[in-house]
Amino acid sequence: MTESETSGAPQGMPDPDVHPALAALLGHGDDNLVLAHRLGEWISKAPELELDIALGNIGLDHLGVARLILQHVGQLEGKGRDEDDLAMGRTDRGFLNLLLVEQPNSDFAHTIGRQFFIDCYQVELWADLAKSDDSILAGIAARAAKEADYHLRFSRAWMVRMGDGTPESHARAQAAVDHLWRFTGEIFENERGVYRPAWDQKVAGVFAEAGLKFPEDPYQKTGGRIGYHTEHLGYLLTEMQWMQRTYPGLEW
Amino acid sequence: MGTATLNDIRAIAASVVDPEIPVLTIDDLGILREVRADDGRVVVTITPTYSGCPAMLQIEGDVIRALHDAGYEDVRVETIFQPAWTTEWMSESGRRKLAAFGIAPPTNPADVVCPRCQAGEPRTVAQFGSTACKAFMVCSDCGEPFDYFKSH
Repeated sequence: MTESETSGAPQGMPDPDVHPALAALLGHGDDNLVLAHRLGEWISKAPELELDIALGNIGLDHLGVARLILQHVGQLEGKGRDEDDLAMGRTDRGFLNLLLVEQPNSDFAHTIGRQFFIDCYQVELWADLAKSDDSILAGIAARAAKEADYHLRFSRAWMVRMGDGTPESHARAQAAVDHLWRFTGEIFENERGVYRPAWDQKVAGVFAEAGLKFPEDPYQKTGGRIGYHTEHLGYLLTEMQWMQRTYPGLEW
Repeated sequence: MGTATLNDIRAIAASVVDPEIPVLTIDDLGILREVRADDGRVVVTITPTYSGCPAMLQIEGDVIRALHDAGYEDVRVETIFQPAWTTEWMSESGRRKLAAFGIAPPTNPADVVCPRCQAGEPRTVAQFGSTACKAFMVCSDCGEPFDYFKSH
């Protein structure tokens, strides 16, 4: 089978360890947790001090949102699991994040491309969830919406700066877009595509300004929302969880 | 607990400072939302500035400690997220203290002035400054680099 024929997750995999009604919410929590970890990997290594601080701060926002959502999932679930149990006690099959957020940082262009695609989605998602009947979720989303606006201002500015910059920065930005594009379709699976038009419009606007092209390869990869991940998540979780797995319940 | 006592308790909680910007109390910031007595227990409600604000846990501990020190044994701090905190909740005195401390208080980005010489139209160096809630700017007139507390 060629790669273009293999989209979609295998059938018959065991269900993740969460009630189906909570899966979407858990997925949002996991998106933010995994992305926060990826952004944290840049700390002390970013191209400039300002970017180091920016990426760390954006990661901190995502971590804060992840904690609140996982806490909420734990309470709704009522099995006595708290945010730490959910973050540190599940294996990759239990994580329901998008494949996009677990992709490696690679170069700065990949990191910004990943962030830009997620920001374009999250500004819509949080604005929508802020109107949720679940008042706790609505509160978390209202706060997160303001943060996502700010993240998008940062990531879109860098997309334009790189795309419309030097031949080197342009080539890297385009390479990042071409590579990450296959993970963007999955974003719209859960919410039945309602955020797609607004997302498309934002992305098209920035691509036009940045001189970036939409990838021609239609291949799309999916599976994250049912716990079927790319190989990268296992390594990420190993680093994130090893302390709690070695010394369960350790605090400092 | 009578009203007088509740006012005392509120004053104690209100005096707790933000660990990252220690010139501001949590009351100045507007994150102290409510103080009430609930069957002999003191319940203090706070709202975080940012989802990932690392200061919240310390603030919670500082509020409990301050009230313990004043003799209130049974204290609980609750965190509420709705309505979401906004810089509009920052008090006027808080804004003045921030400016005196060298941080431009939250305002419309076009209206930011240098906290040192009051000149307008500073240059933004970085949208993310020393903490998530601040941007880093440089005065176009006196050259002073300063933090701007972002408005939202």
